[in-house]
Amino acid sequence: MIQLENIIFLIVAALGIGLFVWQIRKIRKNVLMGRDVDLSDNPSERINKTLLVAFGQQKMFKRMLPAVLHLFVYVGFLVINIEVIEILIDGVFGTHRVLAFLGPLYSALMFINEILAALVIVACVIFLWRRNVTKLPRLATGVEMRAWPKLDANFILITEIVLMLALFTFNIAGLKLVQLDGGEVAGSYPISQMFVNFFGDNPNSLHIIERAGWWFHIIGILAFMNYLPSSKHFHIIMAFPNVYYSKLWPKGKFTTNPAITHEIKAMLDPSYQPPAPEMDAEGNPIVQRFGAKDVEDLTWKQLMDAYTCTECGRCTSVCPANITGKLLSPRKIVMDTRDRMEEKGESPAIFAPNHYKELGVERVQTTDEKTLLRGYITPEELWACTTCNACVESCPVNIDQLSTIMDLRRYLVLEESAAPASVNAMFTNIENNGAPWAFSPSDRFNWSEDLYVPSKN
Amino acid sequence: MEENKRLVKVPTMAEMAANGEEPEVLFWVGCAGSFDDRYKRVTRAFVQILEHVGVKYAVLGTEESCTGEPAKRAGNEFLFQMQAITNIEVLNAYNIKKIVTACPHCFNTIKNEYPDLGGNYEVIHHSTFLQQLINEGKVKVQGGEAFKGKRITFHDSCYLGRANDIYEAPRDVLAALDADLVEMKRSRANGLCCGAGGAQMFKEPEPGKKDINIERTEEALATLGTGNGVIATACPFCMVMMSDGVKNKEQEESVKVFDIAELIAQAEGLSK
Repeated sequence: MIQLENIIFLIVAALGIGLFVWQIRKIRKNVLMGRDVDLSDNPSERINKTLLVAFGQQKMFKRMLPAVLHLFVYVGFLVINIEVIEILIDGVFGTHRVLAFLGPLYSALMFINEILAALVIVACVIFLWRRNVTKLPRLATGVEMRAWPKLDANFILITEIVLMLALFTFNIAGLKLVQLDGGEVAGSYPISQMFVNFFGDNPNSLHIIERAGWWFHIIGILAFMNYLPSSKHFHIIMAFPNVYYSKLWPKGKFTTNPAITHEIKAMLDPSYQPPAPEMDAEGNPIVQRFGAKDVEDLTWKQLMDAYTCTECGRCTSVCPANITGKLLSPRKIVMDTRDRMEEKGESPAIFAPNHYKELGVERVQTTDEKTLLRGYITPEELWACTTCNACVESCPVNIDQLSTIMDLRRYLVLEESAAPASVNAMFTNIENNGAPWAFSPSDRFNWSEDLYVPSKN
Repeated sequence: MEENKRLVKVPTMAEMAANGEEPEVLFWVGCAGSFDDRYKRVTRAFVQILEHVGVKYAVLGTEESCTGEPAKRAGNEFLFQMQAITNIEVLNAYNIKKIVTACPHCFNTIKNEYPDLGGNYEVIHHSTFLQQLINEGKVKVQGGEAFKGKRITFHDSCYLGRANDIYEAPRDVLAALDADLVEMKRSRANGLCCGAGGAQMFKEPEPGKKDINIERTEEALATLGTGNGVIATACPFCMVMMSDGVKNKEQEESVKVFDIAELIAQAEGLSK
């Protein structure tokens, strides 16, 4: 029996989902600002990686405590979503606990749900504690941890706790109502059972509380979903495609620019015919920058990285440059990329970029240039990188911070010749002597002089 | 003892090709191995091992040139590709199939970055090569007892470890010595960089609180504890950074920095 309540629900759900789709399209547009790169190879290896690293949380387990707590929230999210499906069906068709026909399976599901919901609350409280009381350095410090990223993180944790409490409210009130009716309870609710008398025994008020809990939970979920695109919490969606498209070759292999290869081959061999350049829509050849100055010079995968980052700071906490007090923070590189993308392209509903300069962070010497390089990320940061891959290794969602650092560095060197003087000297040595130091190539084999080994007999 | 040793004549590819011969493996020496006084000793130790086990090897000699790796990491893709394409021409002209090198940076570049430019070879790092020689019984490490009770800690090179997932080979090589192998807290995939990668070797560090090699050396010294110890490396840049770190901490009397090839050559009685 479909009533007014169901029609209202249908409208609310449609609005929520519609708004979400609208935001996703904006983000898709932003990501597609990036250069094209073909990552359609090796689907089976990619699926394996996605199962292990994204679904299986493999890389989280490098740090046990947060891994276990995060697992509670993650599994809670996955399993409780089954109940959300039920809520949606109930909401549309005016049914009550429509999946109850599953019998023992339903009981088990509801039982697990309650346990998980409680664990989610515990985990979120500990997470809040780590952020705000013990102030774990990777979560609490760093120039990129400005007001918004900190508020964002706390907001999500508190919302998750409130959503779980709404779920319990709904379960407790429903349970008590069934008990008062003397009916059979569909499902098993160990936690709600403990608090079954919490809301008293007035059927009218219990009914209102039950409905309020239900509405709060579902509207909360819809609102939360629409908050995601503005938040670091968007990783709960992006982690999966981002891991799927992660780098499959050894981490030491950096990209090779084929345009440069053609140029060199043509230089060495005048008969070499480089392929015709790609044309844009108007038939003009596309002139591509060497390296990256702004977000559109990065690949869509590098831009997707930025939307996947949950700002956990594992990368920065293992970065040798950052550990020793240099300005470089791999997390900042990724967060800057996202901010710049939204400044240049589309921005979702909530967006508050604040510049380091405006914040008075003196060490970040950004300029007024409207580009990722210098406008957000400074050469000092880029030149501090040792390309050690510790950031890439540490990222639980396979973000490749190093590739972005390298592309920005390439722009500095190839387009601006803006390398530090000693690095330029190294280039000159390689050009002239075939070695990064100023040694004569004719001395290269001198090491072999006067070398002895014991005779065998 | 004098009469019990022979002078090594290191074979070059040019000579081999002139005689119509092909080596089993080309030893890519690298710039540090050719020019840096400290790392030349590693090159020599590795050649002593090659000579000792009778591997048919050759070097390019003066025909070798920088792989272009430092240029690439510094962002100079143009210079990198110039070097790479020129080197690949030389290697392909000699029909090289297998390359061994004692430098993880050369190793990574030739193995992973040369194929896109037409250079396809089987490339192995000397740690893997030594591990194979030990496993095959060609290197017996009889003198390994000399290391008994000595504490050795292995410092992972980024370009061997995280870049190419080679963590066990150098440790297996060290395990052949009768030493007390101790691990730093940050090791293997979590190893801390020495601070020289990404062309940092050729520039002053950016402003900060501390140099990276000091941070790493402090960790190594704390792991080794008091008394004599060895920091084992498998990379010329790590060798420089860790040696400088030990010197900075004024520990060079008690703590030595050695490449794994030097330790094996010592244990094999090949060098002193």
